[in-house]
Amino acid sequence: MKRVMSGNETVSQAVKLSRVQVISAYPITPQTTISEKLSEICGSGELDAKFVKVESEHSAMATLIGASSTGVRTFTATSAQGLALMHELLFWASGARLPIVMVDVNRAMAAPWTIWCDQTDSVAQRDTGWMQFYCWSNQEILDSVICSFKIAEELLIPCMVCFDGFFISHTHEAVDVPNQETVDAFLPPRRAEYKLDTSDPHTFSGGTMPNMFMEFRYKLQAAFERAQGVIDETYKLFEQSFGRSYRAAEAYFADDAEILLLASGSAASTVYHTIRQMRESGRKVGLLRLRQLRPFPTDTLMNHLRDGVALAVLDRNLSPGTGGVFAQEVRAALNRCGADYRVHEFVAGLGGRDITSRDVESIVDSLKNKTAAVGTINWLGLHR
Amino acid sequence: MNYTPDYDFCASHDFCGHSACPGCGEKILFRHVLDVLGPETMIVVPAGCAAVTDGVFPHSLSPVPYLHVAFGATASAAAGVRAGLDMSGRENVTVMAWAGDGATFDIGMGPLSAIAERNENVLYMCYDNEAYMNTGMQRSSATPLGSWTTTTPAARLKSEPKKDIDAIIAAHRAPYAATASPAFLDDLKAKVARARDTQGFRFLHLFSPCPPGWKSDPADSIAIARLAVESNVFPLYEVYDGERVRLTYRSSNVPVAEYLKLQGRFRYMPEEEARAMQATVDRSYAALKQRHEKSKMSS
Repeated sequence: MKRVMSGNETVSQAVKLSRVQVISAYPITPQTTISEKLSEICGSGELDAKFVKVESEHSAMATLIGASSTGVRTFTATSAQGLALMHELLFWASGARLPIVMVDVNRAMAAPWTIWCDQTDSVAQRDTGWMQFYCWSNQEILDSVICSFKIAEELLIPCMVCFDGFFISHTHEAVDVPNQETVDAFLPPRRAEYKLDTSDPHTFSGGTMPNMFMEFRYKLQAAFERAQGVIDETYKLFEQSFGRSYRAAEAYFADDAEILLLASGSAASTVYHTIRQMRESGRKVGLLRLRQLRPFPTDTLMNHLRDGVALAVLDRNLSPGTGGVFAQEVRAALNRCGADYRVHEFVAGLGGRDITSRDVESIVDSLKNKTAAVGTINWLGLHR
Repeated sequence: MNYTPDYDFCASHDFCGHSACPGCGEKILFRHVLDVLGPETMIVVPAGCAAVTDGVFPHSLSPVPYLHVAFGATASAAAGVRAGLDMSGRENVTVMAWAGDGATFDIGMGPLSAIAERNENVLYMCYDNEAYMNTGMQRSSATPLGSWTTTTPAARLKSEPKKDIDAIIAAHRAPYAATASPAFLDDLKAKVARARDTQGFRFLHLFSPCPPGWKSDPADSIAIARLAVESNVFPLYEVYDGERVRLTYRSSNVPVAEYLKLQGRFRYMPEEEARAMQATVDRSYAALKQRHEKSKMSS
């Protein structure tokens, strides 16, 4: 059934359909309406879950670490400062191999004070051992949340579903909401092999000496290395049940592109609409929409590179001192594969500033005219 | 007030192999608490002495599930375990948080207040050794006035009184809260049993001698714990719903100096400060007795 919903309301529908058992969250703009809607559907009994209303995001994650350790399915949602407050416990969740699923509604990090969108909050959590997915539509949010539970529970890696604050969270779109039976068949109840159990008592996450610690990290890395296979397999099953398909990165007009733009989130949809128009005037421009930061979609990226293609990465985030994080990741992936491509790095839209079609055109023009800088940031729309 | 557990749970599980210091109050308390709670218990433990002394992976002393969590995460994680158990048909299992004073009075205070306010069905136990003993004796807000620690050295002893955690818990109207001591085991066990059988948030404040931190003889741990009670420095009582107070032991009003003199941490305390401490203890104990009498009349 198709319904018109905001991005945030879509999340609550996905959580309900996924039959989450314990939810814990703390209000923060622009995530708040997720918590509100979930409170409503837990309160009314529409979803048989316990919503633990905590006093901070640190406690939201701590609560889920406790709950997930008992073997139940858990969920939280946050933004920006809230995600940063969880930072310590993000490592704990992945180190303890707990398949917690979280939505991060992307918002820039203060100071200065801001509530508006950029991805610096989630990209800053890159090294915490969580999978990260980036969405560009409400339909993709619904599908990604449902898939995330299946992927996380298979790999025992926690999973973050990210989308842009306001641009997506507060935009209403038609969403095909599947029926409960189909979701139940796709996503059966969690079956935890390891959990707190008085009939089989174990100690979890206890003190570990140098002779053992590295093996825990190796196993987490090994799980990440098989993650893409599990993700792709999950998408295949998802397509069979729901008729919609996803990949680690989605290519548009990429096959014969002379200029390839790499982008994520709502910025990717602006790129998409702009280059579709450019195609009509014969310009060979393509888009590779990056849907994952961890695991990074290296194989998909390599599959879409052609000799002589000019690459531009558009980042709505900044790692001060280096540049956009997706650009760094693209460079690292290319280097790892021994591929020699120049990466033109563009930073735009920080703190909620619009990324416009004109910005996208300027990227394409600067690559075509070879005026784009290499090895340094190309800032878009910056008042100097 | 006597309590005899049905069986010696810990002895039946070869409770041994911990790496705590000789004379450690925490391990004595843990063993007797677990005896009362029995096998249908899960324990949530933050960083602290109980985290490092339960054994190094893959070893663990605990006969029941034991979940290590981050330092400031105890109370919230315990509430999460409770929620998970309730959602998976295991309402009968007791969830016990087992945390030191640093995790309770300081870094975990916000979450502790939150689960108390929400009246989460969790049994929170604080083994209070009155400083960050695991990291090497730094002051916490549980450290008493005039005490030496490595961050309140002889030249600048702790100049603030201990935080009154029991009053803070009472202010949350916790259904059941109590103090207990390893020197009074029957009293301790009766309180653990009462806490176990009470629904909602329950808090036990446990006096936990620490020979290395208190600069005391390990053989004196129980004597010191007894003197703390007998001198009214650590009176034994219960608080119901944050209101009704019941003293569970009538002390013999031993001078506070007797308690202080067995511990090197108080050796730098100036005489006038020791006298002031006696006056403070007398005042607090008189107020406690008054609340006890008042509660008796109103019940």
